[in-house]
Amino acid sequence: MPSQAGQNSEDSVGLVRPRSAEWNQPINLKCGVTLPAYELVYETYGELNAKRSNGVLICHALSGNHHAAGYHAGETRPGWWETAIGPGKTVDTERFFVVSPNNIGGCHGSTGPNSIDPATGKPWGERFPQVTVEDWVRCQAALADRLGIDRWAAVIGGSLGGMQALQWAIEYPDRIAHAIAIACAPWLSAQNIAFNEIARHAIRSDPDFLDGSFLEAGKVPERGLMLARMLGHVTYLSGFGLGEKFGRDVRSGDMQGAGPIEFEVESYLRYQGKNFAGRFDANTYINITRVLDLFDLRGRHGSDLVRAFQDATCHFLILSFTSDWRFSPERSKEIVNALVAARKGVVSAVLETQHGHDAFLLSDHEYHRLFRTYMDRVALGLE
Amino acid sequence: MRRDLQIISDLIAPGSRVLDLGCGSGTLLAHLQEHKSVNGYGLEIDRDHMLECVSKGVNVVEQDLDDGLSNFTDESFDFVVMTETLQAVKRPDRVIGEMLRIGREAVVTFPNFGHLGCRIQLAFRGRMPVTGHLPNQWYDTPNIHMCTFRDFEQFCRANEIAIHERFVVDNEYGNTWLINRLPNLFGITAFYRIGKL
Repeated sequence: MPSQAGQNSEDSVGLVRPRSAEWNQPINLKCGVTLPAYELVYETYGELNAKRSNGVLICHALSGNHHAAGYHAGETRPGWWETAIGPGKTVDTERFFVVSPNNIGGCHGSTGPNSIDPATGKPWGERFPQVTVEDWVRCQAALADRLGIDRWAAVIGGSLGGMQALQWAIEYPDRIAHAIAIACAPWLSAQNIAFNEIARHAIRSDPDFLDGSFLEAGKVPERGLMLARMLGHVTYLSGFGLGEKFGRDVRSGDMQGAGPIEFEVESYLRYQGKNFAGRFDANTYINITRVLDLFDLRGRHGSDLVRAFQDATCHFLILSFTSDWRFSPERSKEIVNALVAARKGVVSAVLETQHGHDAFLLSDHEYHRLFRTYMDRVALGLE
Repeated sequence: MRRDLQIISDLIAPGSRVLDLGCGSGTLLAHLQEHKSVNGYGLEIDRDHMLECVSKGVNVVEQDLDDGLSNFTDESFDFVVMTETLQAVKRPDRVIGEMLRIGREAVVTFPNFGHLGCRIQLAFRGRMPVTGHLPNQWYDTPNIHMCTFRDFEQFCRANEIAIHERFVVDNEYGNTWLINRLPNLFGITAFYRIGKL
């Protein structure tokens, strides 16, 4: 069984179990709504050292959650960043105490659209307040307090996760030593917002969406979610990468036009979409794609990214991938240029890959060689 | 301490903001950070070199000098440094122009093609010079724009560039009476600190 091999392999954290923390005081969200209470589900890997200095926060992206590494009992799929997190791996759980929360608005245990709104006694559904990266970072800071971590050795994330790492650097300069943002952008381009809106529109157009109240009706807007994911998935890969993987391979039927034909790439996308629709909540997808749209690192500094960084004291690692066209290397360069102009410590590289945006989840050798060397430096700071 | 690092270090004011073009393994910036408290950044494209920079705690950005430096704003650095790289870029004139746009001053070092050893090989053997300092053959050398000290100084005059300091040395970064008398004939490498006129 491959799952057994994975679970028991020396570089996996093995069997893990999520934990949860609750806050019974209200939190004022950026959108103006107050959540009366909230809960965060999270996982931890490794041990917090005596000085409590080796905490590393992992921030998940759009479709991720708290399950970043290891295996849940009875499951064959490891966490979403098993390639990077584990004993002896890039984010080495023998050196670091890794904390991976599910953000609010999510659909895997933390307070979100599926939670009960105490005011109505019914699930929030699409009425769940619009969250933001700023809100997430505040909740993560509350979790750090709860865990007794004054200062993260590093806050790490790819894509939307990278945005959280950068927000940490600005929001809590005293509480973060290193910010690592991979395949990230300082704010979304119009094209990115457009893709997100198509995905949201696909979900809302599904008759089973029922204006977001599908849960009460016992339905799932599966077709909408599937379409949203299929679109998203194609954009997270590169044209070249898809070509390499599938080419024009035919799964069934023939090219003569005699009967129906299915290309391998179609079957793959359908599988990805269906799989996603089975495990993700439609309201969460709408809310979190909006989190992406709303994110702007410049925040209150208007149009000046350099000024936005002025109070940051941490060191930055900014990585991007050549074939990533959703969060292209140019977007990472905008971040790097601002960091240099703001006189902040930075290491940045553009990694050669054909795997597009999703490359940040993969185990490419060059990527991890640089990432790991940087983590060695993070570890040096623990002493 | 490496003599060449010491020479450059002497040309740079303490506490400066320094951009090192083609910073290699970050030795110079690490030295300047430690001894001159500079705020330094290196540009490099060789991944192994970049990793060494990271290990040394040197800021390094992956950027190809031949792609230009337009991402850096005017006078955003006190010094822009380029050691032994001028001869390897596609357009040295543009790079120098950019260095003096981005930096208040620039420090450049490059090998002297007017050195006696080079002259002899070209004059008497009719072959492109291959020396200890310039070990490559004509077909595989990264050094595509060789010049002499005199060429460089002529270039500076023609482009209204001020030469604030010049330090000419031999293979061991020492300088002798002979080198000081006839630098363009006996000097192997020169260190120039230049600025806008």
